[in-house]
Amino acid sequence: MSEKVLMKGNEAIAEAAIRAGCRHYFGYPITPQTELAAYMAKRMPRIGGVFLQAESEISAINMVYGVASTGKRVMTSSSSPGISLKQEGISYIAGADLPALIVNVERGGPGLGGIQPSQADYFQATKGGGHGDYHLIVLTPASVQEMADLTALAFDLADQYRMPAMLLADGTIGQMMEPVELPAESGCTVEKPWALTGTGMKRPHNIVNSLYLVPEELEKTNFERFERYRKIEETEVRYESFMTEDADVAVVAFGIAARVSKNAVLAARKEGIKAGLIRPITVWPFPKQPIAALADRVKGFVSVELSMGQMIEDVKLACSCKKPVSLCNRAGGMIPTPEAVLAAIREMNGGN
Amino acid sequence: MVVFEKPKSLTSAELHYCPGCTHGIIHRLVAEAIDTLGIEGKTIGVAPVGCAVMAYDYFACDMIEAAHGRAPAVATGIKRANPENVVFTYQGDGDLASIGMAETVHAAARNENITVIFVNNAIYGMTGGQMAPTSLPGQVTQTSPYGRDVKVAGYPVRVSEMLAALDGPAFVARVAVNNVKNVRNAKKVIQKAFENQLAGKGFSLVEVVSSCPTNWGMTPQKALDWVDEKMIPYYPLGVYKDKTAEEDA
Repeated sequence: MSEKVLMKGNEAIAEAAIRAGCRHYFGYPITPQTELAAYMAKRMPRIGGVFLQAESEISAINMVYGVASTGKRVMTSSSSPGISLKQEGISYIAGADLPALIVNVERGGPGLGGIQPSQADYFQATKGGGHGDYHLIVLTPASVQEMADLTALAFDLADQYRMPAMLLADGTIGQMMEPVELPAESGCTVEKPWALTGTGMKRPHNIVNSLYLVPEELEKTNFERFERYRKIEETEVRYESFMTEDADVAVVAFGIAARVSKNAVLAARKEGIKAGLIRPITVWPFPKQPIAALADRVKGFVSVELSMGQMIEDVKLACSCKKPVSLCNRAGGMIPTPEAVLAAIREMNGGN
Repeated sequence: MVVFEKPKSLTSAELHYCPGCTHGIIHRLVAEAIDTLGIEGKTIGVAPVGCAVMAYDYFACDMIEAAHGRAPAVATGIKRANPENVVFTYQGDGDLASIGMAETVHAAARNENITVIFVNNAIYGMTGGQMAPTSLPGQVTQTSPYGRDVKVAGYPVRVSEMLAALDGPAFVARVAVNNVKNVRNAKKVIQKAFENQLAGKGFSLVEVVSSCPTNWGMTPQKALDWVDEKMIPYYPLGVYKDKTAEEDA
């Protein structure tokens, strides 16, 4: 058991990535993920790694694509407007079936938006984001500890399933300082016979590519990829269930919204309202099953989000609209208060 | 006795290029350099978007297909991850000088230790003959049907001269492949661009002035003549920067 250290969320991601064997980082300056790049700039040269400040987000993600093709662990980080710029490259990485980690420390949008925390990139993260049919494995940390733990997990899952993973954080968790127990040193444990290393004149050439001009072939790659996605949906769903056993009202929230919601659930319980919380840790794959199971016995759901209501669509789908789903939200960098969430819980419970 | 054969670092795949296109010659020169230096087993090539998009099927070394214009960034990632590999990009004028200009300039400015083969035929070939950043003033294309009007469409970009103005790049040269003499010189220069990388000298770009009979609307021979008459006067051949010579001296 290692000691706990006090760290900012953004720094915890960086240190956890290094401990997970990532030695290649490419980025472009943007608030509020700055500390992550700064940490990498300091550490990478000392440990034989690569920190490179690219000329743009677009170049950074394409450098990631290059390293990923060699089979080595690689990451980039940015915030919402920068993540939009990376979407082309992310689509290529997904289309070429390469593992990589992309960190989005979200800020308010659209456009240049603001620099305060947000969850308004949920659609972009969970539904593909770039062009074509694909998914990312999307992990949503709600503490500095999870910033570290989920970073290590994201690298493992990306390698295991040969696909990009995203850590979908927000400016609050990124900037927050908390004690964190850093994960142990690890690294890739899967074979990567597809990696570009040079043939050594010992094997046919490897080709990393997403171009298939014969539609039947392109369709086949899509079918195969989605078969893999189906397995991920079966085995890699992660969530926390808090006081849902006897709940009449189930709150669904992730990241900073889940922390606020937990306080609201406790406050509701004090008032005698049986509230509970489902906290998705993966938002793709989305925890459909626990929400579907609750749908048979709760009065309704409250989706708490730092957006105009994006995850609420997945909550409605997961419960097959069997029960009402209300939205408790703020946008543009604002965070719902525990009181606002409590009010939404009361309302779903049948009024106060 | 075999006196002439296909380079070993080209696969046996049939090239898809149009009759009279000079991509075939340039592929061959790159492959001959790889063969001569005996580096096929450690070379990784980056294919562009454009006519050479399927270069990954033609070169026998490990290959990756980049997004449009991003090849120098992809090559940067590969080279940084595996410095022991030889990494080259093969890009056209739309790819390198238009959509990928930022990637090109910054890879050069960083003196990234990669080799860039830049095929300048003054037109977008794959999409059917649109105006390129290197299309000549007055040149008729699908998107400059009355001839490139520099008042509207601006001036062509002379990539080699522009990059040579940077402190970063080790080697920048322009060659052509429109006659035997030029092809022989191009072969030497392309090989040097790979040797530079092996010697750790840094960013080496060879601009190859090339022809596109199909989209220029000319016979192959007329297109090669047009290279002499129009292209080379606007894009003079020569070595524009050679830090390797200074370092060796």
